[in-house]
Amino acid sequence: MSSELRYTANTQLEHLHARYAGTGHADVTKYDWITHQHRDTLSTIVGHPPLLSYLAIADGEAIGRTKFEMTERMLQPCGPPPKKDED
Amino acid sequence: MHLYNLTLQPPTTATQAIVGNFSGSRTQEIIISRGTRLELLRPDVQTGKLSTVIASDVFGSIRSLAAFRLTGSTKDYAIVGSDSGRIIILDYDPKSSSFVKLHQETFGKSGARRIVPGQYLATDPKGRSVMISAVEKAKLVYILNRDAAANLTISSPLEAHKNNAIIHHIVGLDVGFENPLFAALEVDYSESDQDPTGEAFNNAEKMLTYYELDLGLNHVVRKWSEPTDPRANLLVQVPGGQVASTDRFDGPSGVLVCCEDHIIYRHMDRPQHRVPIPRRQHPLEDPQRGIIIVTAVMHKMKGAFFFLLQSEDGDLFKVTIDHEEDEVKAVKIKYFDTVPVASSLCILKSGFLFVASEFGNHYLYQFQKLGDDDNEPEFSSTSYPANGMANPATPLPHAHFRPRPLDNLALADELESLDPIIDSKVMNLLPNSDTPQIFTACGRGARSTFRTLRHGLDVEESVSSELPGIPNAVWTTKRREDDEFDSYIILSFVNGTLVLSIGETIEEVQDTGFLSSAPTLAVQQIGADALLQVHPQGIRHVLADHRVNQWSAPQGMTIVTATTNKRQVVVALSSAELVYFELDLDGQLNEYQDRKAMGSTITALSISEVPEGRQRTPYLAVGCEDQTVRIVSLDPESTLETISLQALTAPPSTICIADMLDASINKTQPTTFVNIGLQNGVLLRTVLDPINGQLTDTRTRFLGTQPVKLVRVQVRKNPAILALSSRSWLNYTYQNLMHFTPLIFDNLDYAWSFSAELSPEGLIGITGSVLRIFQIPKLGMKLKQDSIPLSFTPRKFICHPKERFFYLIEGDHRVLGEEAANKRLQEMRQAKQHIDNEMLDLPPELFGRPKAAAGNWASAIRIIDPVEGKTIQTITLDNNEAAFSLAFVPFSTRNNEVHLVVGTAQDTFLSPRSCTSGFLRTYRFTQDGVGLELLHKTETDDVPLAVMAFQGRLVAGVGKALRIYEMGKKKLLRKAENKTFSTAIVSLNTQGSRIIVGDMQESIHYAVYKAPENRLLIFADDTQPRWIVAATMVDYNTVAASDRFGNIFVNRLDAKISDQVDDDPTGAGILHEKGILMGAPHKTKMLCHFHTGDLITSIHRVSLVAGGREVLLYTGIHGTIGILVPFVSKEDVDFISTLEQHMRTEQGSLVGRDHLSWRGYYVPVKAVVDGDLCETYARLPGSKQSSIAGELDRTVGEVLKKLEQLRVTASGF
Repeated sequence: MSSELRYTANTQLEHLHARYAGTGHADVTKYDWITHQHRDTLSTIVGHPPLLSYLAIADGEAIGRTKFEMTERMLQPCGPPPKKDED
Repeated sequence: MHLYNLTLQPPTTATQAIVGNFSGSRTQEIIISRGTRLELLRPDVQTGKLSTVIASDVFGSIRSLAAFRLTGSTKDYAIVGSDSGRIIILDYDPKSSSFVKLHQETFGKSGARRIVPGQYLATDPKGRSVMISAVEKAKLVYILNRDAAANLTISSPLEAHKNNAIIHHIVGLDVGFENPLFAALEVDYSESDQDPTGEAFNNAEKMLTYYELDLGLNHVVRKWSEPTDPRANLLVQVPGGQVASTDRFDGPSGVLVCCEDHIIYRHMDRPQHRVPIPRRQHPLEDPQRGIIIVTAVMHKMKGAFFFLLQSEDGDLFKVTIDHEEDEVKAVKIKYFDTVPVASSLCILKSGFLFVASEFGNHYLYQFQKLGDDDNEPEFSSTSYPANGMANPATPLPHAHFRPRPLDNLALADELESLDPIIDSKVMNLLPNSDTPQIFTACGRGARSTFRTLRHGLDVEESVSSELPGIPNAVWTTKRREDDEFDSYIILSFVNGTLVLSIGETIEEVQDTGFLSSAPTLAVQQIGADALLQVHPQGIRHVLADHRVNQWSAPQGMTIVTATTNKRQVVVALSSAELVYFELDLDGQLNEYQDRKAMGSTITALSISEVPEGRQRTPYLAVGCEDQTVRIVSLDPESTLETISLQALTAPPSTICIADMLDASINKTQPTTFVNIGLQNGVLLRTVLDPINGQLTDTRTRFLGTQPVKLVRVQVRKNPAILALSSRSWLNYTYQNLMHFTPLIFDNLDYAWSFSAELSPEGLIGITGSVLRIFQIPKLGMKLKQDSIPLSFTPRKFICHPKERFFYLIEGDHRVLGEEAANKRLQEMRQAKQHIDNEMLDLPPELFGRPKAAAGNWASAIRIIDPVEGKTIQTITLDNNEAAFSLAFVPFSTRNNEVHLVVGTAQDTFLSPRSCTSGFLRTYRFTQDGVGLELLHKTETDDVPLAVMAFQGRLVAGVGKALRIYEMGKKKLLRKAENKTFSTAIVSLNTQGSRIIVGDMQESIHYAVYKAPENRLLIFADDTQPRWIVAATMVDYNTVAASDRFGNIFVNRLDAKISDQVDDDPTGAGILHEKGILMGAPHKTKMLCHFHTGDLITSIHRVSLVAGGREVLLYTGIHGTIGILVPFVSKEDVDFISTLEQHMRTEQGSLVGRDHLSWRGYYVPVKAVVDGDLCETYARLPGSKQSSIAGELDRTVGEVLKKLEQLRVTASGF
């Protein structure tokens, strides 16, 4: 691969990451990956009315409340990030 | 296997509703989104009834809707945000009665993704721009304008993205004609993602951000961003802007930020105002629990405005803002009324409130008053320090109100909704029914219902009276052509005729000029003011002055049958001759000089009504004993010449020519149909070519076991046909398409239209010796519903194998059970706390039950008699137990006595699933199934989500374990177990020694019980992870199942493997086989796959028509009922699949979703044809219809006939 090509490939990838939140890469940490997974899941639940109804019925809450709590959970769905190693 | 998917009952939910003048006239209409359908409703301001104008499948998932009007225009457009990655602007065209897609702008990938807009829509109230937003990051602003020809134009999108921001809500601000402003509630997660201490997460601020669209520079800027309450969830637009003429402000502008427990008024650089959301003072209420507003509506009147906000309990609050010019003085909130929790509220200018309920029926209320001068306590921001914002982080003291029955609103109309269908059964339990009923457990919480659905139109009877004898026919007639209502009822008996006059009362009259000593064959109001009676001996023409002109049948002959209209009369003589009369200009009835001999006894005659502006109808249909129907000309050029002939399979008993509109044949003009009823109960419908009199496009339908009688009637001012056999059917036009539906009513021997002051749109009929007058209140409804109220959300139900009772389990999470509630009250009484008994007595079906903390359950077992339509007994569960599964088990150790086993769990939490203990409650039946006696409770370590009878024992799915239990004295005894399931067992099915197990996340497993070794072994599973909801066995090797994402699929096990497993007596072979893909040794093959767009909650293999083929019937959580019909021949598959391909290209989705990718949302659609798409063929313009038909080498009629035949033979609908 010529250096030029590598350069463009990288910028494309960077562009992709900037444009599409949640796009994976080789060095993704477990935490990042699972957090993205959960955010994707939560937003897809909010975006599909039958699924939202299903969860609201199971939980005994109003759809509006379930939607609100799901969106709230997107802020930090899997707890705080792990501590970084100080090496 | 190849399946054809047909929706019998489209979804009835309302996920969103908007109001606007969509047809451009002065009346307001409502557009509701039914998840995958758009429906336009028009309220009748006089009667307060809602009627559906059009409903249209969009083949995509609708996520947001907004009404939009250009400045100065009088017509609203609907903007749709969906999962298509496109923004759609729809226009309702009243001429063609359809939605027209004006613009379709693509901005992203399809699918309900996190960063692809479509979730939220906000419009500028002055109609200049729209913002469409995703759940995270992406917001796009489109500028809308009109071009020189006044067409709506849309700009390219302007981005207002914010990275790492979760968007809770957006709204357009009312700023008059300044640059459009949009407000968004956003939370940035970038810092919380980086901070391991969790401090950043705790301090995360929810920002209220204003985005300004600079119309001059054509870009969007973030204008203002300030933190607001961290639990804010909803924004509401506050009116603003100046009136150009007076400089007066319409309102202060800004937004109401609805937060948990509070409402905050907020605007840029303005002081905030905060009021608490009032709470119910219920003794059992949890004071820690916050209340949020789930939906809101703002209404502007002349010079004033108010808001109605609805809390999650269903309470409506009226919020008003006191302002001086654009400065807010106070925000006030007070209780208004309580209605069901809504997904959307719409206020109509005519004084109605439409409540699109999130679950259950939808309601239209009429405002009685606006709650201005009542004693309801009002809470104002001025009564709190610094307008409630002295300390924004701490909550304001609780404000309280007392809920009460409706005071400001009055119910005007109700739209039935099955949403959600949680479980269903299809069986024929009702007496005198030859088709099965669908029993559904619907609804949520205290508004739940158990509904019986029957195919047919609902009939409302207004009069039923006994007659002296048994009449064989009934007619009504006006006296004069221009009379509004009918004057006489004529009843024909075997030996006489009775005439009744319709007035204040209905009574017999003598001096009408009718012959009363003979039976009657036909009655007609003829000419301007004359009456006509045909009796076996002749014809009586009764003129207005009571003079009677008579025509007698020739000596030795009688009239056998007759047909009449306003100007023509044809009678058939016993000598098989036709005699034709026509009214001349002087009002004299003239006989045509020749008679026509038919050569065979005439059994039926029919002519249509005289076409508008014409002298006569040119065609007469004659049915003869020799099993033919001939079309005879009545044209003066060729009077009584035979034009065409149709051979039949049985002698015709009746013929009826009617001009009816059917848009699938002719979009603009009524088509002339010749309906022929045969002696054997079959109805033939053919189309009469108006030019050459040929009969084409014959369709047949079996109506019942008796000879058919056909009557032309008027329904809603349109011609319709009543077809009477052993069941009565109505053939009518609804939304421009022809429908053929049975009436849910006793058998009618004869019927006619009936129009009187009290019942202008009625029908009159006779059953035996009873005369009945009735109406058909709701056209277009295919399923009649009868419901029984339930106390909690239904979970599952089963039918007793012998007694015909249903046993239903119901349960609600976050509700205190009866026992727990009484205990709590007892404690409060002991602590001498005040208990408001009035609050305890509030009916829960109107006000709901107080919400308790998670882990509290109220649950019951209910016995229902479906025939009587009532609850026989309810057994409430104690100890905070909730029922999750139930089954009838004939225990072989108890001589196969049937027991009821109910799987329950105590203190259940849903996520993560846990319980202190699960139980299998074993009940014995007492008094033939009316009562239940608890024998014992068996503890389990997890929630038993599925139980089933299996070879005289019980098999239970308890969490991850599949267990077989034997009946014991004190407990059920565990006999065998397999604990290798991955998540939790949710469904069980069995045939022989095979058990089909549905896992919550890991699809369908095939297990087998090997009795000699007492082993439960899994021998096959699926290659795909599936979140199973419902499953049913299609045959021994095949299973149909549904998952949580709206898919329905069929999996099959290879027959060889099946035999191999069955031939292995001990199961040792399976035990030692190597697993594939970390699962069972064998894999099932997927045969069919289809995405329905609704979450399928139950699947049944049933036959819906007597003697018909079995189909798969499914029910969805949004109230969908559909069927999957297996194709019988390869030709049908090829034909329909090709038609589907053409339809995909011709009929684009209204929301711009690609049909193939919609039906293959998660997995590519396989071997299923979308019948709903194919049936839209009938609505295509004629040229497209014929070009598609040409590609298929068929005629348009043949294509339509094939589609109808597929529907009718499979479902009878």
